[in-house]
Amino acid sequence: MIGESWITTQIAALEGWAQRNSFWPLPFGTACCAIEFMGTVSSHYDMSRFGYEVVRFSPRQSDIMIVAGTITDKMAPVMKRIYDQMPDPKWVVSMGACACSGGFYRAYHVMQGIDEVIPVDVYVPGCPPTPEGLMYGILQLKEKIARSHRAQAKKEDSRGTDGDRSDAAA
Amino acid sequence: MAPTVTVPTPLPEKFPEGTVVEQEGMDQPTWVVQREVLKDLALELRDGPETQFDLMLDLCGTDYPERDQRFEAVYHLYSLPRGERLRLKVPVTEDVPTLPSLIDVWKACDWFEREAWDMFGLRFDGHPNLRRILTHEAFQGHPLRKDYDPARRWILTEDKIYRPHPQPPEGEDDDDIFERMTINIGPSHPAMHGTFRVVATLDGETIVASEVEIGYLHRCFEKMAETHTWQQVIPYTDRLNYCSSFINNVAYCKTVETMLGIEAPPRAVWARTILSEFSRIMDHCVANGSTLVDAGALTNFWYMFQPREEIYGLLEACSGARLTVSYGRIGGLSADLPPDFEARCRRLLEIIPPFIDDVDGLIAKNRIWLDRSVGVAAISGEEAVNWGWTGPCLRASGVGYDVRKAHPYDLYDTVDWEVPIFHGGDVHDRYRVRMAEIRQSLSIIRQLLDRGMPEGPVIVDDPHIALPSKEACYNQMESMIYHFKLIMDGIQVPPGERYSMVEGANGELGFYIVSDGGGKPYRVKVRPPCFPMMSTFSRLIEGGTVSDAVVSLGGLNVIAGELER
Repeated sequence: MIGESWITTQIAALEGWAQRNSFWPLPFGTACCAIEFMGTVSSHYDMSRFGYEVVRFSPRQSDIMIVAGTITDKMAPVMKRIYDQMPDPKWVVSMGACACSGGFYRAYHVMQGIDEVIPVDVYVPGCPPTPEGLMYGILQLKEKIARSHRAQAKKEDSRGTDGDRSDAAA
Repeated sequence: MAPTVTVPTPLPEKFPEGTVVEQEGMDQPTWVVQREVLKDLALELRDGPETQFDLMLDLCGTDYPERDQRFEAVYHLYSLPRGERLRLKVPVTEDVPTLPSLIDVWKACDWFEREAWDMFGLRFDGHPNLRRILTHEAFQGHPLRKDYDPARRWILTEDKIYRPHPQPPEGEDDDDIFERMTINIGPSHPAMHGTFRVVATLDGETIVASEVEIGYLHRCFEKMAETHTWQQVIPYTDRLNYCSSFINNVAYCKTVETMLGIEAPPRAVWARTILSEFSRIMDHCVANGSTLVDAGALTNFWYMFQPREEIYGLLEACSGARLTVSYGRIGGLSADLPPDFEARCRRLLEIIPPFIDDVDGLIAKNRIWLDRSVGVAAISGEEAVNWGWTGPCLRASGVGYDVRKAHPYDLYDTVDWEVPIFHGGDVHDRYRVRMAEIRQSLSIIRQLLDRGMPEGPVIVDDPHIALPSKEACYNQMESMIYHFKLIMDGIQVPPGERYSMVEGANGELGFYIVSDGGGKPYRVKVRPPCFPMMSTFSRLIEGGTVSDAVVSLGGLNVIAGELER
């Protein structure tokens, strides 16, 4: 039993390590923030330093969605559909004030934050955020994934060594 | 092509008494027209040898709830040969808000009329497709009416999304071997730059019919402007054409300054001219970079983005922001220029040309690029004018209208520069015009730098307009009161209306502003240069292949923030 669970834990850790060091972002860029996103991936800031340069425009091939720009009520169903098309596991980075909260557009056609329709993992403030800000946000996501895997590994570890615990059956 | 100095447009005599009346005391000739004669008058104005109003710049609605005739449709016309402007106002009542459609006269009216319907509920008889354009399908009411709550939202669900069925022209569907296919491109598609949707019917690979859907980034700029003070509107203007946000600041501030009857000090005007030209370079870099990347030339995209990064450094030193600068203020600039402003500009003049030359070297004789761009999405100058085009795209079609030359503002009449004109009207010439304009902009900047930076303040010395300095605010009672009044009540702009324009990076950027004398604008209408160009998109791509459509979008330089506001 112990040997088996050791292998499981290590595979989960390996999987998490691979996931967090090589995101394939889907840029859901609509507005000003998309220009700063382009700045982030182009030569000056060069996001490929972190292994995140494989920008995919197909939701089927990507694992993080960077929502860059204002999302209007007209765009909301489209964004929801794109998010649903992404395979698990998937994460969402909300880039900029508009995506986080509607920004200073408290208006009749603007969604007041994308978390009205999809779950968000990291909020990056700014209007638009600087490329440094976006990178920091993505690195926070990396940290978050590492944490969740560590927590999971810990849980499985304790389950493996202490088989009598009531939550082991669940 | 410098327009000749002209005589004012004569009031036509053939219409019945009282149907066309000149309104006195306006910033430009303004006629109040009854809707019964509107169409005849429009034809007369377009074709008459003494009028020649070939360009329909802008059509918008305004709402005055206290008037008997509540709504007004406002047309802004321009005559390229005469260099003359004219505003037509057509009052209509709330019960019968109908006007004749002017699509037959100016094709540019197509989308503008749809917008006026969407925003105000004005109905245009004879419009073939009077649907909502900016708001979504589940939207109720007309948001720019004064009685519409600015924050009232409506939720769109997936089952209500509009599904266009483009209709190919009759009589061409005699090919029964191949089935036609209708495909949807966008809005989340790299070729559509994230915010447009095209539904195209294909015969093989040729587009035979198409329909363009926009409004995915309608952020209610005009309603927001009505709910904020005059200075607070400036950050919103940044986010219109966010590739060259400083030009928007200048256009808005200049309009309000003329309404107030003030002028920015020489140092601010000098800096505005230089920074506008740097913004233009940035914008052209995005336009050409994205055109090339859509054609598969990725290297050039990186090459074109590097000058932007360098210019961001300058803008950040001036304003603290890279992209959305908010550096303009009514009456001047928000802060003084950094001490090393001139050195930074000189350095930029050194770095930018090699990047432009490199891209030109890679592209100018590139067989693949020439095959994909020459003759693609071509439009003649005459047709482009009828569709309401301005800016680099119009100059690529052989019409040399540039606001900086035709109606000089700031320092453009004091420097020596040329308007580049090409005659192909296709994607290739739109690219070449922009490259040539980047070089002209660099030359303008160099001449202004050689002239030297004017000394003095960067904002007018008027406590009713400019905020007092922090030090004065803390130490002088009077300054503190002024500060309080400006923050709480804002600038008070005298009642009136004004249309004024600058040459934006993609065409004539106009602001039509109505003030009722209060601390907030009564109505702000942007004349977005890319709106008429995008309305032509269906016409441009039909008959070409899908890959042609992809290449042609970048060259139009349609910026969603400005298109949909």
